[in-house]
Amino acid sequence: MGTPEDRDVAPDDPALDYAALDGNAIGGLLIEVFGTEMTTAVGICGHCGAVGQVAELAVYQPGLGTVVRCRSCDAVLMAFVRIRGVTCVDLEGLASLS
Amino acid sequence: MSPISRGFHRKRQEAPAGRVPPGQYVTADFPVLSAGPTPHTPLSEWSFSIAGGREPRMWSWEQFRSLPSQTLTTDIHCVTRWSKLDTMWEGVSLDVLLGAVEYDAGYVLAFSDGGYTTNLPVADLLGGKAWVAFGYGGSPLGAEHGGPARLLVPHLYFWKSAKWVRGLRLTDTDMPGFWENYGYHMYGDPWKEQRYAGD
Amino acid sequence: MEGTAVRGRLTWQTATVGSVTDETPKVRTLVLEVPDWPGHRAGQHVDIRLTADDGYQAERAYSIASAPGEPLALTVERLDDGEVSPYLTEDVQPGDQLEVRGPIGGYFVWEPAFGGPLLLMAGGSGVVPLRSILRRRSSAGSAVPVRMLYSSRSLEDVIYRSELDGLRDAEVIHALTRSQPPGWTGYARRVDAQMLAEVAWPADSKPLAYVCGPTSFVEAVAAGLVGLGYPAVRVRTERFGATGQ
Repeated sequence: MGTPEDRDVAPDDPALDYAALDGNAIGGLLIEVFGTEMTTAVGICGHCGAVGQVAELAVYQPGLGTVVRCRSCDAVLMAFVRIRGVTCVDLEGLASLS
Repeated sequence: MSPISRGFHRKRQEAPAGRVPPGQYVTADFPVLSAGPTPHTPLSEWSFSIAGGREPRMWSWEQFRSLPSQTLTTDIHCVTRWSKLDTMWEGVSLDVLLGAVEYDAGYVLAFSDGGYTTNLPVADLLGGKAWVAFGYGGSPLGAEHGGPARLLVPHLYFWKSAKWVRGLRLTDTDMPGFWENYGYHMYGDPWKEQRYAGD
Repeated sequence: MEGTAVRGRLTWQTATVGSVTDETPKVRTLVLEVPDWPGHRAGQHVDIRLTADDGYQAERAYSIASAPGEPLALTVERLDDGEVSPYLTEDVQPGDQLEVRGPIGGYFVWEPAFGGPLLLMAGGSGVVPLRSILRRRSSAGSAVPVRMLYSSRSLEDVIYRSELDGLRDAEVIHALTRSQPPGWTGYARRVDAQMLAEVAWPADSKPLAYVCGPTSFVEAVAAGLVGLGYPAVRVRTERFGATGQ
């Protein structure tokens, strides 16, 4: 898949918001956390109610952790931070995940 | 035990001895690392505000840009282990901005477009240690790197230099911001390698 | 032989590099030998982990290039600023070891039973999982109609070129965005609404679309297909780090 690696300065093109991948990119992380394949799970945004499969959510990985956002309103739905071998999992932004 | 992948090594460059904090490598790149989409607030709608003092204070873009500003050259250190040397910035000192407010709080929570927050002691914003920066490398700060303006606090890990900053909330206690809530260090001194809570 | 899907927690397994093939100047395919490989579905990916002798580790995700039943193969594009891809595309030799975890993914997958007609939209190295889908279709003897639009910078950057040229029952349309060979009569620009309208199966044929590549490519193409009447649920997307084109 080619996840992002260290990069040079990007051209300032608003269309090239290249920080954002999707839930496919964190398939392995999600199996680690949930114990099962999650990319087809359906999430409901707790902020705006948008419904979407995890594979289609916006994923940001700035190196400090993984932030998963609603595509409609950009609210944080999930966050994963791994420190000293322990993963902190924040799912508070989701109204539901099934 | 993971097998060794023959010949694989981390990408790094030699750092001048003593020049960078422990555990860092020097990069010529300026990686774009964001926890969310790049905001595009029009300057006509932009403001910087300080709340929690005796009275709230706000500057429009025009007002902000008429404040005295400085240029500076400094090193920056990211908790993801890259350091970039001799970066050039232009910005308004927090001494000027906080100097316009009466307050007795000891901490701030800086907040940004898109919801990002980070906490700092007021003392670390004063005395020529912090800026709201609008210029980088001699040009207006690009949106990917936090433009139109970002916090710049180079003596701490760079996650404290909040991109797209819109203001400060003065607080009496040190309240964890976005990454601090998930286990990053409340203070973040790179020279003491304070990356995570408990370091 | 197709193995059963792995359920429950994934574990890292040691993989040995079996062979390497240079596809283009910047792209290489690695065949990996994994003793207990359970098999995979077309479109899935694996996580790769490398360990340096000082203990430093790096992880990346790569789409599986081979079809179910074939030896596990990954196709990697060298990113100039990368830490892992230069190693995998230039340094790695048969016999070297790395760790693999997978297969991963239940969304961006295709089986013959899913039907079609299939529209495969590839931006750069986004062609990798789509090639797995094409090979799956061929090895299953599926008659599902398939059309691929494959956007690359230049002819030299087209991955699997002779394989794609050799497909008899699948149409592959190339768009070369940066430079074209003399006499090129094909598309010579980035994918746009006009190109989509000319290439995409009509919406009333109930097509199934798979779009893979840099984020900007995927978003433009997915929006364009929805604009042509494709239901969003029939447009599957997988975004790679945007190398841009």
